[in-house]
Amino acid sequence: MMNLPLKGLVVLEFSQYLSGPSAGLRLADLGARVIKIERPGKGDAGRKLAIKNLWVDDNSLLFHTINRNKESFTADLKNEADIAVLKKLVAKADVVIHNFRPGVMEKSGFGYETLQQINPRIIYAVISGYGTTGPWKNKPGQDLLLQSITGLAFTTGNGSNGPVPFGISIADILCGAQLVQGILGALIRRQKKNTGALIEISLMESLLDFQFELLTTYYASHRQPQRSKINNGHPLLGAPYGIYKTADGYIALAMMDLQVLANAIECDAVKIFLQQQAFAERDAIKKILAAHLVTQNTGYWLSHLQQQDLWAMEVLDWEQLMEHEAYKVLQMEQTVHTGNKTIVTTRCPIRINGKKLFTDNPAPQLGEHNEKIKKDFSIV
Amino acid sequence: MNLLEDIVVIDFSQFLSGPSAALRLADMGAQVIKIERPGTGDICRQLYVSDVMIAGESTIFHAINRNKQSYAADLKDAEDLEKVKQLLAKADVMMHNFRPGVMERIGLDYETVKQINPAIIYAEISGYGSEGPWKDLPGQDLLLQAASGLTWLSNNNDESPTPMGVAVVDIMAGTHIAQGILAALYKRTISGEGALVQVNMFESILDFQFEVLTSYYNDGNQLPVRGAVNSAHAYIAAPYGIYKTNDGYIALAMSDIVLLGTLLQCQPLLQFSDSNDWFDKRDEIKEILANHLLTNSTSFWLTVLEKADIWCAPVMDYDALAQQDGYKVLNMEITVKTSNGLAITTTRCPIRVDGKLSTTDKGAPQLGEHNETIEKQFELEKIFQEK
Repeated sequence: MMNLPLKGLVVLEFSQYLSGPSAGLRLADLGARVIKIERPGKGDAGRKLAIKNLWVDDNSLLFHTINRNKESFTADLKNEADIAVLKKLVAKADVVIHNFRPGVMEKSGFGYETLQQINPRIIYAVISGYGTTGPWKNKPGQDLLLQSITGLAFTTGNGSNGPVPFGISIADILCGAQLVQGILGALIRRQKKNTGALIEISLMESLLDFQFELLTTYYASHRQPQRSKINNGHPLLGAPYGIYKTADGYIALAMMDLQVLANAIECDAVKIFLQQQAFAERDAIKKILAAHLVTQNTGYWLSHLQQQDLWAMEVLDWEQLMEHEAYKVLQMEQTVHTGNKTIVTTRCPIRINGKKLFTDNPAPQLGEHNEKIKKDFSIV
Repeated sequence: MNLLEDIVVIDFSQFLSGPSAALRLADMGAQVIKIERPGTGDICRQLYVSDVMIAGESTIFHAINRNKQSYAADLKDAEDLEKVKQLLAKADVMMHNFRPGVMERIGLDYETVKQINPAIIYAEISGYGSEGPWKDLPGQDLLLQAASGLTWLSNNNDESPTPMGVAVVDIMAGTHIAQGILAALYKRTISGEGALVQVNMFESILDFQFEVLTSYYNDGNQLPVRGAVNSAHAYIAAPYGIYKTNDGYIALAMSDIVLLGTLLQCQPLLQFSDSNDWFDKRDEIKEILANHLLTNSTSFWLTVLEKADIWCAPVMDYDALAQQDGYKVLNMEITVKTSNGLAITTTRCPIRVDGKLSTTDKGAPQLGEHNETIEKQFELEKIFQEK
């Protein structure tokens, strides 16, 4: 077992669902001891949130995926004795994460200022939906809703489609990842200045930051970026950028010179277009390309394109991907055991000193570590 | 905010993945120095996109590289390389996103740089890692989306595989490398030791899919099936999706179908009282909903649903969003200035520290703009001349 970078740090995760818990997961994989603080009886609402009706035990597979490598401590934030115990834990912790709606933690006596009194070195990290002020602050911070509010749904799909959301919880995942950045930055400062910090981020700010290229372009032009009518890959990019049907599958074409492309795939009709027209005429060019590319197999086109060093790739589904040596060589999968069940999941994508980070610690049962934690932190 | 005060980052990376990580480090207070090839610089400077430019330069380059310095150096020139090594000797972090083998040929691989500066955090982003049959393929966003199965998760099932319209692979890989760098910097404050931190775009975009991949690994390898209509997530039950109304679109997240039917006065939904059906019969349910929601306006439906705490939202484009108080109150826009007088409006760092926003006004650098400043600050010239 290598000496992980965050070894020795204690993180208290007062969080539910995905955004906060995904941050806790990354910190755990980097070596921190992450303790979920959960309501007795129910715990993290994510325990009962399943996708595709997949369950492991009393908890969903989704919960097990997001919360592996953590401990669980149950405490009722409305019970005086529990509050006293939790505050003792806060005194010995390094980081507190929460993703409650604005005001909830403060009402329970766990606001930043209160915890700062108990532990001036605490890093207090908060995820909200829309920030802590303004007309939307009490709206539910849910991923699809944030995608819809922030314009993101108009980046994907074709111009002829309605708004198309990302089929992954991008707001939750990115926001959690950025919270980790803020927490780690604050930990570095604490080593030098011996001060704690308040780190705040919202799902909305994360998704606006995510669209920073598109928004900066919008601020300059005051024109809503338009998806191409067909084969859209990115609203700001000209032809051929997109995915095309071939005789036996699909192929992705990124940025490339139109003339070189036309020669590589022997498509004379594209040659009449100048490189400067790649954006303005993208629909016309893409239409020609789409009609041409459907006539041969993906492998045929790929060999022609990659010979010219053009940026192209076959479109794979997971089944095809996982048969591929390029996937296997990554060893991206790891196995965790919980009860008598075995779960295969992904590992942390960050390698340190050439080592991949594997861990087989499963997600905790509700309150599983109460006694151990009280003992380890000498709380009576 | 200056969480990273006094941290010096030497960034050899181009395009978006590496530079977006360096941007975040700069936002957090680090001094970020881009090492660029004389004449052309970061390829992103020439990456003109759409038809929108700022004084002949790509809006994208300005967005990604605000608040950084530029040091022009030809890494194939012995004198320039020597200066860069002097700079690395005094740096905290070095980053690059060249293809595997390039830094070894230049002589700035980890083993060499570690000799110069044992405490350095050496961070690299590759496309597919440094082993395996794809290691020499270009690490380009759309191509990684295509290779990783991601394109089978968005849009309706009768549509072609659909890429996400933002460079999500670059941005996730950049986010992960920044996490790795920061964790290593934290550890260095205790151990004094440097580290090699590696991320590849392939692993980053697999990690991004960790919830659904874990489902696939454990459900007997059933490929995801996108919904036939109003699809928003291949693994989530009805009503999850975006629906057309008579004047726009409305988004509905997870919700009780019977309750929804009651609130919307949509009788046909009331028959779906078994919650297992909400996933299994999602297409049927969504079609009923889609037809019903077409009959009134977005704001009408929102008023009905918000009162009952149903998770819903209007769907907005940038024109609509920019007018909302909920957007304005975030003060997400900042204006940065370049040394040649350009003012560019862009977005700020999304992280608030101690209640304060990070609002730099420093624009992206001209190519080689800071050569003199940096040579002076790090006494590069002097050291070289003495040799």
